[in-house]
Amino acid sequence: MKVVVTSTGESLDSEIDPRFGRAAFFVLIDTETGEHRAVSNEVGREAGHGAGIQSAETVSGLGANMVLTGECGPKAEEALKRAGIPVRTKIQGCVADAVNALKTEISVGR
Amino acid sequence: MGDIPSRSIVIASGKGGTGKTTVAVSLALTAPGPIRFLDCDVEEPNAHLFLKPKIDRSTLVTVPVPVIDAGRCRSCGHCASICRFSGIVMLAGKPQVFPELCKGCGGCSWACPEGAIREADRAVGVVEEGLAGRIEFVAGKINVAETSSPRVIRAVRRSPSGRPWTLIDAPPGTACPMMAAVHGADLVLLVTEPTPFGLNDLKLAVSSLSHLGLQFGVVINRFEGEDCRIHDYCEKGNIRIFAEIPEDRKVAEVYSRGDNIVDTLPVVRDIFIALWGEIQEAMNRSDGLRMDGRSCSS
Repeated sequence: MKVVVTSTGESLDSEIDPRFGRAAFFVLIDTETGEHRAVSNEVGREAGHGAGIQSAETVSGLGANMVLTGECGPKAEEALKRAGIPVRTKIQGCVADAVNALKTEISVGR
Repeated sequence: MGDIPSRSIVIASGKGGTGKTTVAVSLALTAPGPIRFLDCDVEEPNAHLFLKPKIDRSTLVTVPVPVIDAGRCRSCGHCASICRFSGIVMLAGKPQVFPELCKGCGGCSWACPEGAIREADRAVGVVEEGLAGRIEFVAGKINVAETSSPRVIRAVRRSPSGRPWTLIDAPPGTACPMMAAVHGADLVLLVTEPTPFGLNDLKLAVSSLSHLGLQFGVVINRFEGEDCRIHDYCEKGNIRIFAEIPEDRKVAEVYSRGDNIVDTLPVVRDIFIALWGEIQEAMNRSDGLRMDGRSCSS
């Protein structure tokens, strides 16, 4: 599964950015291989209107299957829904912790 | 909008809460002849509270938004790439419309190589018209959570006028809504107050109007005769001060009851009759808006 975590920095140790639409970075992680890369969210951060929708477009373009973030506005939520990407909010801590918690959940579920 | 036949005076201000509506309503009630009143503060119109018009016509203001024919769409993404407002974005490989962000430019239907996009009207606000005594009254109201104020303001201003004078109550600030309200005006009166915020936002408004090449002057509200910062600024910038309205608790009391101050306070009425004299005199003069030497102690 490919997961996008909103992040304040580019590494797995970075703190989660609590905002989805105006997050500094999107860290894309493949939970099976552990591969990851960070994408700067300049489009969303600099948008006057529609930051959430543009960020959803970016995330959809990255091929993400899930989003982990702090808060997600109603328009972003609608856009992610239409993109078929489930979003989990109120996630805190660093990027790696959030992904590890998700991996544990997946393995327990199997 | 150069197609306004009557002479238009816009009451504007950089700062909110300085008394735009109070000045606009008071001018309407002391006008020398028949007037048309346009409430262009479409995000929070309130002139009707004081003028109490009888509304007899109501027209929807609409934005043409894209509707995609899924059968024809080949998901090329041209529509989304041309849109600057995220009105259409590509999600999971398909274009998705977000009507509330669409400004109605029509770029997407033009860009679509398949002819798969048609436009449908979406209501964003309303224009209401009626009479308030002898005053022709028009007000725009934007729907809650909509962002297309200038579209509603332009709809209000397009309403045809048969009156020699048009008074326009503008929205506060210096952004697009204010620009839409002042565009093409014969005179803009900037209402301000002698406070640091009042002066700061007056400077912003003056800068905006200078860029647009509009004629303007200043009305100082809540003047207490001590703070001269507005006078000093206007003197340096050679900006004409059209009127000073003194700070008076009675004005606030009348206002808070929803009554108009010119019918209840004769002293205030005289100020507005004098202001009309200044306006007419300024508009009949080629150099109308030069400073007339009004000093702070006056």
